[in-house]
Amino acid sequence: MGVAVSIQDVVKRFGSVRALAGVSLEIAEGEFFGLLGPNGAGKTTLISCLAGLVRPDAGRLSVLGCDVHADYREARRRLGVVPQELVFDPFFSVRETLRIQSGYFGIRRNDDWIDEILANLDLTGKADVNMRRLSGGMKRRVLVAQALVHKPPVIVLNEPTAGVDVELRQGLWQFVRRLNEEGHTVILTTHYLEEAEALCGRIAMLKQGRVVALDTTPNLLARFAGHTLNVRLAGTAVLPEALRAAASEHDGYWVFRLGGFDEIESVLGAIRRSGGTIEDLRLTQADLEDVFVGVMHEEIVGALP
Amino acid sequence: MIGFRTLLYKEVLRFWKVAFQTVGAPVLTALLYLLIFSHVLDAQVQVNNVRYAAFLIPGLVMMSVLQNAFANSSSSLIQSKVMGSVVFILLPPLSYVEFFLAYMIAAVARGLMVGCGVLVVTGWFALDQLAGFQNFLIMPLTMLSGVFYSIHSLPVFWQEVSRFNPVFYMIDGFRFGFFGVSDVAPATSLAVVAASFLAVALTTLSMLRSGYKLRY
Repeated sequence: MGVAVSIQDVVKRFGSVRALAGVSLEIAEGEFFGLLGPNGAGKTTLISCLAGLVRPDAGRLSVLGCDVHADYREARRRLGVVPQELVFDPFFSVRETLRIQSGYFGIRRNDDWIDEILANLDLTGKADVNMRRLSGGMKRRVLVAQALVHKPPVIVLNEPTAGVDVELRQGLWQFVRRLNEEGHTVILTTHYLEEAEALCGRIAMLKQGRVVALDTTPNLLARFAGHTLNVRLAGTAVLPEALRAAASEHDGYWVFRLGGFDEIESVLGAIRRSGGTIEDLRLTQADLEDVFVGVMHEEIVGALP
Repeated sequence: MIGFRTLLYKEVLRFWKVAFQTVGAPVLTALLYLLIFSHVLDAQVQVNNVRYAAFLIPGLVMMSVLQNAFANSSSSLIQSKVMGSVVFILLPPLSYVEFFLAYMIAAVARGLMVGCGVLVVTGWFALDQLAGFQNFLIMPLTMLSGVFYSIHSLPVFWQEVSRFNPVFYMIDGFRFGFFGVSDVAPATSLAVVAASFLAVALTTLSMLRSGYKLRY
């Protein structure tokens, strides 16, 4: 598999704000890649650099080997970007919008593919409706369609499901997943972490313009999260002093992050020896949200592989 | 090439879809100018043997051409930038030269459409109401510049100031086409207009090339 997207030491400042502080990433062809981070972490700036909307102060970016600056025509032909903001051209119908967008990419008579996209995004009935008359969710779908008119091998979806109902979200993911299975590389940013967990094979987390975590989704889940043991003590029982340091209290439960299952025994043993009684006990597997919160609260740059 | 043609098509379609506002309204506005000014001044004012209503028409035509050509590219670009839909033309593989040419040609197209509209409508009015149309159309007469006045009726200082205004040369040269006489030699007007165009075009191209206020 070749390299779909290469990002090397990209730095971007906006005045005194350093949006990207030296980001390097390599995304292979065919990957479903997640780009996560809190608001202001630099996700959109990074995507904008890739799309040529923002010019980096330093560093290089390329799409399938085409430099986004020196060889911008080829790079842009290979890239389809769904912008984050809900934007549209109020003068045109859905079909006109998509025909025009095809033309920008040098494609004429693209109606077969346009019809297929429309069908997949459940927009067929809206093809001749003016953009102004569409609901927010419909406009969002047209944005996705616009990004796909030129069948880009690399697709970037920047928060595509913000403000979109459950049904469309399902339909959209089904479509994107199919495109990924057909060989398209997909880069996704989202605030819905369960989406990223379900879809992305590999995830990078950004914080203050830096990559603070980069690994396959299962590895991330295992490395930073693992399992937690939640224990509620009966009556007035007090947690033994020896366990205090390893526990945190949440909703009346003592929460222990486990390095391995053998740690359960020592926790329970210590409680038993102190004479406490356990009222309730849960073992949970942490999800991506726990990983995200964990990563964002500790500086783990040194822990990168 | 298809990209450029599509962008041009889109830019023309954009104003054509609302032609009532973008072509019809300026024509109507120009006609109102002509009606009011000629009503008030036609009996009293003659400029070098040309009736004031006739004198006014080339100025109004050129003014409408310039205003609408300017309004077309500027409103299209600024509106799409404010609305955010400018990304649709920033993401595709369009070069800055294609960008420039498409916007410029669309602007020229709207300017010409409005100009022809103003000429036909005001000319019709002049023919109908003033019976001076024949004269106006066939007999080029002495003309000066400025849309509503001859610059020779201005104080010397303001005459000099007018000469630094490229629009003065556009109107002066354009009137020469009607009346055969102008304030400055038509070749000078053409040269000034061409040089101004070149300067503005090069500035615009370099701004588009650097992505000024479009790509950050």
